[in-house]
Amino acid sequence: VTWVTGWPLSGLSFAAQTKSKKTLAKPNIRNIVVVEGVRIPFLQSGTSYKELMPHDLARAALLGLLHRTNVPKDVVDYIILGTVIQEVKTSNVAREAALGAGFSDKTPAHTVTMACISANQAMTTGVGLIASGQCDVVVAGGVELMSDIPIRHSRKMRKMLLDLNKAKTLGQRLSLISKFRLNFLSPELPAVAEFSTSETMGHSADRLAAAFAVSRLDQDEYALRSHSLAKKAQDEGLLSDVVPFKVPGKDTVTKDNGIRPSSLEQMAKLKPAFIKPYGTVTAANSSFLTDGASAMLIMAEEKALAMGYKPKAYLRDFVYVSQDPKDQLLLGPTYATPKVLERAGLTMTDIDAFEFHEAFSGQILANFKAMDSDWFAQNYMGRKTKVGSPPLEKFNNWGGSLSLGHPFGATGCRLVMAAANRLRKEGGQYGLVAACAAGGQGHAMIVEAYPK
Amino acid sequence: MVASRAIGSLRRFTASRTLRCPGYTCRNFSASSALLTRTHINYGVKGDVAVVRINSPNSKVNTLSRELQSEFIEVMNEIWANDQIRSAVLISSKPGCFIAGADINMLASCKSAEEVTQLSQEGQRMFEKLEKSTKPIVAAISGSCLGGGLELAISCQYRIATKDRKTVLGTPEVLLGILPGAGGTQRLPKMVGVPAAFDMMLTGRNIRADRAKKMGLVDQLVEPLGPGLKPSEERTIEYLEEVAVTFAKELSDKKISLKRDKGLVEKLTSYAMSIPFVRQQIYKKVEEKVRKQTKGLYPAPLKIIDAVKTGIEQGNDAGYVSESQKFGELAMTKESKALMGLYHGQVLCKKNKFGTPQKDVKHLAILGAGLMGAGIAQVSVDKGIKTILKDATLAGLDRGQQQVFKGLNDKVKKKALTSFERDSIFSNLTGQLDYQGFEKADMVIEAVFEDLNVKHRVLKEVEAVVPDHCVFASNTSALPIRQIASVSKRPEKVIGMHYFSPVDKMQLLEIITTEKTSKDTTASVVAVGLKQGKVIIVVKDGPGFYTTRCLAPMMSEVLRILQEGVDPKKVDSLTTSFGFPVGAATLVDEVGVDVAKHVAEDLGKAFGERFESGSVELLKQMVARGFLGRKSGKGFYIYQEGVKNKSLNSDMDGILASLKVPPKSDVCSDEDLQYRLVTRFVNEAIMCLQEGILATPTEGDIGAVFGLGFPPCLGGPFRYVDLYGAQKIVDRLRKYEAAYGKPFTPCQLLIDHANSPNKKFYQ
Repeated sequence: VTWVTGWPLSGLSFAAQTKSKKTLAKPNIRNIVVVEGVRIPFLQSGTSYKELMPHDLARAALLGLLHRTNVPKDVVDYIILGTVIQEVKTSNVAREAALGAGFSDKTPAHTVTMACISANQAMTTGVGLIASGQCDVVVAGGVELMSDIPIRHSRKMRKMLLDLNKAKTLGQRLSLISKFRLNFLSPELPAVAEFSTSETMGHSADRLAAAFAVSRLDQDEYALRSHSLAKKAQDEGLLSDVVPFKVPGKDTVTKDNGIRPSSLEQMAKLKPAFIKPYGTVTAANSSFLTDGASAMLIMAEEKALAMGYKPKAYLRDFVYVSQDPKDQLLLGPTYATPKVLERAGLTMTDIDAFEFHEAFSGQILANFKAMDSDWFAQNYMGRKTKVGSPPLEKFNNWGGSLSLGHPFGATGCRLVMAAANRLRKEGGQYGLVAACAAGGQGHAMIVEAYPK
Repeated sequence: MVASRAIGSLRRFTASRTLRCPGYTCRNFSASSALLTRTHINYGVKGDVAVVRINSPNSKVNTLSRELQSEFIEVMNEIWANDQIRSAVLISSKPGCFIAGADINMLASCKSAEEVTQLSQEGQRMFEKLEKSTKPIVAAISGSCLGGGLELAISCQYRIATKDRKTVLGTPEVLLGILPGAGGTQRLPKMVGVPAAFDMMLTGRNIRADRAKKMGLVDQLVEPLGPGLKPSEERTIEYLEEVAVTFAKELSDKKISLKRDKGLVEKLTSYAMSIPFVRQQIYKKVEEKVRKQTKGLYPAPLKIIDAVKTGIEQGNDAGYVSESQKFGELAMTKESKALMGLYHGQVLCKKNKFGTPQKDVKHLAILGAGLMGAGIAQVSVDKGIKTILKDATLAGLDRGQQQVFKGLNDKVKKKALTSFERDSIFSNLTGQLDYQGFEKADMVIEAVFEDLNVKHRVLKEVEAVVPDHCVFASNTSALPIRQIASVSKRPEKVIGMHYFSPVDKMQLLEIITTEKTSKDTTASVVAVGLKQGKVIIVVKDGPGFYTTRCLAPMMSEVLRILQEGVDPKKVDSLTTSFGFPVGAATLVDEVGVDVAKHVAEDLGKAFGERFESGSVELLKQMVARGFLGRKSGKGFYIYQEGVKNKSLNSDMDGILASLKVPPKSDVCSDEDLQYRLVTRFVNEAIMCLQEGILATPTEGDIGAVFGLGFPPCLGGPFRYVDLYGAQKIVDRLRKYEAAYGKPFTPCQLLIDHANSPNKKFYQ
């Protein structure tokens, strides 16, 4: 199988077919629309954003959204951001970023976390607030800064420091200090592994790929496809959700810097990163550590129209799923896809644009195989038949997390905007967004194009 | 305590043999040129790699039987002769079992040491051919790789193992009283170093795959896979094969080398072992340790040391000769027959003879959070059974819950569990003071104070709240179950479950049925016991059931011996040197002097004169002084936290002096003292079979060894009589009967066996 060669040059040929489909509006439920969504360029961690803090990136995304939409700040009822690795100084990073961006201090903000689907959770929380009539206008987004992570003192050292704080007399202090041992100084890194299983995600992805017999070559080819498509989308200016970010003390960052189309020969040279020496997941077919932030303006349809906006898309049905965090850690899309299609009354053939989160090539290809297996559907999902795997020509056409990057807390908005923008550009009606997340969780959402 | 450790490992040994093996069909090969129909082994060719698949028909495990071996040799000869084949992979088609060992029945059918030696030599030759193969052979190991299976694997050029809990490597031969007889004593020391090889071969311990990798016993690990387009077990084996084929190719292409990078410690060890003086010191040390632990009762460990030594000091050829000869000798020993008998017995006692119960026990309730109650809770929650632990007081409940937590946490420290698994297991436990939730209980096990009135009270309370199908099981060591059941509205649901302390370590569970207990109740209780990992004997109700009843006369004799002026330390050393893992005086302290007193009084009443010998007064006075044994810190010995060598309790001197009886000189030699204890035990056990308390001699042997520490090298009271002759035992009993009377009168069944030497408990 070669993904890259024989790839049709453009997706525009699908433009005409979608007009006849029904809309997914439901009686007595407010229509909720995306007015606009933006993101600052996603950068490999340790590059231009490395001196910043997470709320700096989030603020840049919020400012970009304000600039793009000209929405009056005081119209915004609520702000929700997703993040995964929390900076302890700004544990409610949504509030810090909003204040810095000049939003009204009367606009509440909170931060949500759900691993790689944190931004999705931020959006659907906003959808819930609007649907229930609590709010009309919500800003949702997410941020991640992997260039700096909270490395802590060891538990013993922390305990000693806390006890020292409480010690009243010099004697007490001295006796505490006398208990100090050199190993107290060994630092504690944030866990890269699943807490319940102690397994790193890459390791689990390698096992998943092996379980579904996904070969190294298939994975490398898929990764190459992702990078090639991303490069093409970038070159053609299709990544219109990107807003430039003037980094203090550095040049303005205008585009993603992780897109590196390589060759299969070069990729084949890499050693496996997790299961050594014979595993199949390598640095080249995995998503890389990324810094970035995204933000999105979500409104009740009537509010958006009243304010004179031309919305980009409807946010329709969505589901969250969860399964075994050990052996099915990254199968979220397989579980979520049939469920959300059923909710919306759609089938796979109705979908014009698929936007799946690419954690690893092996994970995407394993999901394809699982979605295409009656045996898996019957034995693990309690379904009679398979849902089918997405047609590749409609799948992640502008690149994905493998190539564009994956700032954990921010990816969800990128997926929804990619779906919305692709529907506008290619003329389709329905987009399907799906993602897996640590903890064995998953999410899917239907995005419907707003009539032009 | 080699004996008790040996038995502990026997458990793991059998556990690995009873794994579920779903139907697994051999796949077709794309490039199959050599697919012949054989029974145990078939092979196909992938590229230039031969994949040899082992799959004994109609069995959950592969064992190295004669047929399997001859097919294997045939297949290997074809592979060696075929120019298209450059390397080979050996793999089992049974998930959960590579090769579980040599076929024990093959050994049992041998009539002489020479015959066994010959078997060993055949094995040695076969594996030597593998070792010298110019085409690299990769053993792909998933599941148990034990005994002969391991010897086969270490003859191969490369080993890849699945890193899961079912995959264990080991040399359990010593537990059966024999040695690794197919080159194992020669090859293993070279592979993992002499100290590690001794450790493996002398303890018989199972080694998990990740540890085996660190030791150099396997070269690569393969991660177990989750479900994909096939069930995970099936796909994992397939994956193991794929990985093994890749490595086999690379080995034949010389892309990877067979030389393993040794760590610094390993290098230093192997350097040290190259100095003859150091080697001699090590042999000496190991021999000393073995002698101390086995007390000379188990011949196998010393012969293992000898075979290893011969190989290293005099070369391979001498080593092989020594190994095969000693293998033959050992297989003919009584000890080995006794241990193999125990192995077979244990397999039998891991089955539910009573069928599948109508209702699976999902909710269990335990009354009393004492040592026993909490122990039962621990072995239940870690098997996924939702368990209520009820006590009368918050303090009692706290202690019990802490005991369960500590038991689990100790496993975390030993890395047998992750802290996450510990927490989720602990969530299966609900501690409470009331009967809330008992309406859902499928089974209630009471472990309250051993007092009939208390037992009656809780039984009535429980019956008022539980559903109709709920089983009521009583954990008691001596109270007759029919007495407990007498106040029950549904006596068919009442049964006895006699656990042994500490519950998480002791393997035996004695189940006691009354004439009213229904078969389904028994089936249900056995199912729960098996789930808890127990070896189970089912006996009829009667005073002291089986185990307590056998122990009581022996304990009574201990008291008499003490009264005759033998000090507790001497009593202990006499019993341990006979093969009991715990000395008899210490055992009283461990069981609890108050419990012993209770039992002695109850059984004394039930059996009268026959159970009299030592004075219960001794126990009464100890209880009065607060010398309750280990739990109160003082008994015959003084127990202090952190002090290993316990000293005698000098306050006992006065009590013992006041109850002193004159010893009878003709039955007071050390040997007589030992036999006075053992023959009473054995006689009582046989009487239990005679009276129908026991259904089979096997259960009698398993109960005695696993519950009471009867010397494993003797195989249990029944096997002991079979192996050493009933007449000898009767003669002993008659001698002591002359001195002490009725307590030593041999029972009828034993006399019958003495009168007709062909009569055996095991045919």
